[in-house]
Amino acid sequence: MLEVSNLECVRGDRRLFKDVSFSLRAGELLQIHGPNGSGKTSLLRMLCGLVLPAEGNISWQGLSIRDLREEYAQAVAYIGHLPAVKDELSALENLSIASELSGVHLSQDQVFAALRRMGLGGRELLPAKVLSQGQRRRVALARLLVSGATLWILDEPLTALDVAAVKLMQSLIEAHLHNGGMVILTTHQDIEIPGFVTQRVDLAA
Amino acid sequence: MSSPTLLTMFRCVLRRDLVLALRRRSDVLSTLFFFIIVISLFPLGVGPEMSLLRAMGPGVVWVAALLASMLSLGRLFSNDYRDGTLEQMLLTPQPLPLLVFGKVIAHWLVSGVPLVLIAPLLGMQFGLPADALLVLVGSLLLGTPVLSMIGAVGAALTLGLRGGGVLVSLLVLPLYIPVLIFGAGAVEAHISGLGAQAHLSLLGAFLVLSLLFAPWATAAALRISME
Repeated sequence: MLEVSNLECVRGDRRLFKDVSFSLRAGELLQIHGPNGSGKTSLLRMLCGLVLPAEGNISWQGLSIRDLREEYAQAVAYIGHLPAVKDELSALENLSIASELSGVHLSQDQVFAALRRMGLGGRELLPAKVLSQGQRRRVALARLLVSGATLWILDEPLTALDVAAVKLMQSLIEAHLHNGGMVILTTHQDIEIPGFVTQRVDLAA
Repeated sequence: MSSPTLLTMFRCVLRRDLVLALRRRSDVLSTLFFFIIVISLFPLGVGPEMSLLRAMGPGVVWVAALLASMLSLGRLFSNDYRDGTLEQMLLTPQPLPLLVFGKVIAHWLVSGVPLVLIAPLLGMQFGLPADALLVLVGSLLLGTPVLSMIGAVGAALTLGLRGGGVLVSLLVLPLYIPVLIFGAGAVEAHISGLGAQAHLSLLGAFLVLSLLFAPWATAAALRISME
């Protein structure tokens, strides 16, 4: 369970938000809403542990994420708005290196299967620089398929994706929630996953 | 976490960065040619007076190595920073100093080792005798990894800043001075008959210290820069 209490974010001398509190249990989805510049990405980066909150506490299974560090890192998969895909490497290399670093060793077949599932069949060996924005995004999202993380933190996961890929993403999120996972995401499109609790946090500017 | 997995992680980062460098060869070659050209300018500018060249040779090679190392520092983290892979590295459950260590070693292999290998050839332009060239190679072999290690801290601190390139030189070049003094000093001491051992031992000590502390300092600096 992820518990967030009284989070406050200050960037420079501007306070982006304060008193953000919520708790997320297994099988729950949290959508963060707010206009551009309201601190959605900052909030997500705080939840990952990349940014220290000015105020407030984030705890995972009852312990502060600052004390957990590596254990928490194992439980979280973060897809930021940068795809984290290396232009010089192929989709295959990108995915296998990323998963290796996150502590999951994959066989070649598993990587191929994940990429095919993301609709990248036949393009696994192309260098990422020849892929389109949407395809790169798919390579990034393929990390979710192979990571064993419980908590997915997704920053605008649907940008640059076509209709089919948006559907696929929704089904992936649904499957993840079904397996007792948790998802936190920011998006300007509403994602409705029927049958699961969807919380909303509004960051008013 | 057991040690074999740590070794696998180190190898994974090392291989990744080497593959990346291999696919973007122009970056590696530009550092090398910069080194070659800077050193070759001196005999052309100073003229063919042997005693003068011999006296300044070791210093010139070392200063050029410092500058070449500075030049390549920008690439150490900035590409990974720009495409988001560095962010992902910070979020992996692996100890960050270890990943940093792998990256810096890879950086040294592609930007430091070529300099060491070409140095004897360039030293010949200064009329350095064969045994002095050997000492030069030895001092560079001990000294260039120190440059990469110290430079990594500076590169991490200036990550994402505008004008970071200039700032990193102001930050890092003063820290390179001891390496320069003892690196060039080793060759000069050898030529003057004093023996290079004391200088080389000190360089070795710098190397051990930087290997021990720089990855931690760099990891801490990265965490600050990525906030």
